[in-house]
Amino acid sequence: MVAVFFLALVAIAVAAYLAGRLKGQRLVAAGARLHSLPTYHGLFLAVACVIPMLAVVVAWTPLAPRVVESRAIAALPADLQPKSELEHDARLREARLVAVGQYAGAPSPGLAAAGEAYRSARAAAEVLLLALGIAAAAGGFVWGSRQLAPDFRARNRFERVTKVALIACSAVAVLTTVGIVFSVLFETLRFFGRYPWHDFLFGLQWSPQIAIRADQVGQSGAFGAVPLFVGTTLVMLIAILVAGPVGLFAAIYMSEYATPKFRAVAKPVLEVLAGIPTVVFGFFAALTVAPFIKSTGEALGLSVASESALAAGLVMGVMIIPFVSSLSDDVINAVPQSLRDGSYGMGATRSETIKKVVLPAALPGIVSALMLAVSRAVGETMIVVMAAGLAGNLTFNPLEAVTTVTVQIKTLLVGDQEFDSAKTLSAFALGFVLFFFTLLLNVVALRIVRKYREQYD
Amino acid sequence: MTTMPQIDLAGAGVQPATAVAKPKVVARDVNVHYGEKHALHNVSIDIPEQAVTAFIGPSGCGKSTFLRCINRMNDTIASCRVTGRIELDGEDIYDRSLDVVQLRARVGMVFQKPNPFPKSIYENVAYGPRIHGLAQSKAELDEIVERSLKRASLFEEVKDRLDAPGTGLSGGQQQRLCIARAIAVSPEVILMDEPCSALDPIATARIEELIDELRENYTIVIVTHSMQQAARVSQRTAFFHLGKLVEQGPTEHIFTTPEDKRTQDYITGRFG
Ligand SMILES: Nc1ncnc2c1ncn2[C@@H]1O[C@H](COP(=O)(O)OP(=O)(O)O)[C@@H](O)[C@H]1O
Ligand SMILES: [Mg+2]
Repeated sequence: MVAVFFLALVAIAVAAYLAGRLKGQRLVAAGARLHSLPTYHGLFLAVACVIPMLAVVVAWTPLAPRVVESRAIAALPADLQPKSELEHDARLREARLVAVGQYAGAPSPGLAAAGEAYRSARAAAEVLLLALGIAAAAGGFVWGSRQLAPDFRARNRFERVTKVALIACSAVAVLTTVGIVFSVLFETLRFFGRYPWHDFLFGLQWSPQIAIRADQVGQSGAFGAVPLFVGTTLVMLIAILVAGPVGLFAAIYMSEYATPKFRAVAKPVLEVLAGIPTVVFGFFAALTVAPFIKSTGEALGLSVASESALAAGLVMGVMIIPFVSSLSDDVINAVPQSLRDGSYGMGATRSETIKKVVLPAALPGIVSALMLAVSRAVGETMIVVMAAGLAGNLTFNPLEAVTTVTVQIKTLLVGDQEFDSAKTLSAFALGFVLFFFTLLLNVVALRIVRKYREQYD
Repeated sequence: MTTMPQIDLAGAGVQPATAVAKPKVVARDVNVHYGEKHALHNVSIDIPEQAVTAFIGPSGCGKSTFLRCINRMNDTIASCRVTGRIELDGEDIYDRSLDVVQLRARVGMVFQKPNPFPKSIYENVAYGPRIHGLAQSKAELDEIVERSLKRASLFEEVKDRLDAPGTGLSGGQQQRLCIARAIAVSPEVILMDEPCSALDPIATARIEELIDELRENYTIVIVTHSMQQAARVSQRTAFFHLGKLVEQGPTEHIFTTPEDKRTQDYITGRFG
């Protein structure tokens, strides 16, 4: 039924467009000078039909189910009339099942009546919606075609509608972000209502299992997030130690030394790295890199955990190389050629020019590329889930298993959870910290980039 | 880079009609190709010491291309191929044994658009002395910077803000900073490619004055699209057209009694 409605919508829009355009063309043929092209007359008329039709849907959606439901309840015999909210919902559920023929067993006659009432009311509602929609569209059409005249500013009207549509789309993006931030914020505040925030931020012990029985051991329910922050930082540092130099040097080679031919091939290939799903990197880390590090470490007489911060960090570093190299390549290329010429003209060699002129000029951009890469690394989950482990060790030793904020969020929320235990809520608090940190990084990075842009414009 | 076989400079043939007494730079039969494009045809010219030589001609005629041959800046363009012979004080600058870094320290360059590095004024001028190791101490470097800025007649304007970024100066000041930067390595020749084309008339006048002063100590080659400028600042002028060096000689001679029809047409404003 919904499909029919939207087919009707499209058909009406097309018809109105053609009619409007035809009218515009007739006006032209009659010798009038139009303010707007006939196409705009058509577009205006189509919009004049579509908007009322959509308005009907918007108004109908919250109203119709209530009407349908009250019909179903009214059809119930007196002895089945619900006496409480709970009963009301239960009856409705049954009536709905009867209506779609999925009720298990034979319904009582009263219930069957309610189901029938539900079904017919819903069918009627759907027909009514279609009728109302078409009526609204017809109203819009009549009103719209009255407007059409040689000096009617159809173009301006239509462009105003377009603008509103654009605003609506950007509002969706912004509002979603705001909505997410606030929902995470509220859950975080709920968590801090149960668990002191300073213990969360500065506590050294992370063991989120809450005791179910009073005498249970080892289930303390401690939410000190410092081990997670340390683990995240450790993995992030290893990742950036890999991606920073490799990405930067790759970018320098690409932009300053490579022939255009090599660059044209190598750059896209490097960027393919960014397209590899992180879960693939994850099992690469867990199945290839981690065992390799373990066996190498043991050959050297070191004790290495089978899941280590080093393995996760190394693979994550490889993952973010393209971010660093691609962004750095862009900023290095943005350094004006005239600066290089100036340096060569002074008798500087290529590497002197890169070290003393190009890199300092590109430095702010490179720093912000690194920051964006870091925020990627911090938010990354799959690799650390697979390769870094779950143990909330407070350690700076890269050979031990650590855990990160993202891994814990995932662990806390996977499986059946009650949504108001401190354990579940702590995930929101972690999420909020993570969000705040990456937001900060992004804002700072964008600031730096902007400042740097101004320098050459 | 291929170098043509040695040409007997004293011999007949390509010897320019108006040879100069003390040539600093001598070019013979220079041809430049950008890939397939033959940009410069058989250019031969003598550039006198301690004088200003101006290259004029319609745009695209190869003035910059030839200028960039003199300090081998064309080496930085992959498609560019230079043949012929260019000598600096009798030494072939395209010789394999010659170090291009050394050459560019002897032949400095000032570009069309002021291009100070995004560093402080001081660091801009100190750049060349640092990479060539010209100063043994901080005091010595300070002295080089000050002297160069003074020669570029910029010192008085910036002496209180040597740590300020060079990019914050006005266009004319930036161009003088670039001249100071070039002077700081004590070059023998300074090449200037339309150094005033991005400047207003007052800044232009200052640079022209400066060029006239610098003439005492340096050999200057300036590309300009302004004939008035060539007439004001240069002692010798060379007119390029479609990749050929059409005519050269003392400036007043070129501007008053040009021999070639194309030169006449250009300086009387009939094309270009
Ligand atoms: N990097 C380059 N690659 C290819 N062709 C070039 C390059 N630079 C200059 N040319 C060509 O060489 C010719 C001379 O250019 P140029 O020396 O810049 O002229 P001018 O400085 O007299 O205006 C022009 O036709 C120009 O298109
Ligand atoms: Mg030029």
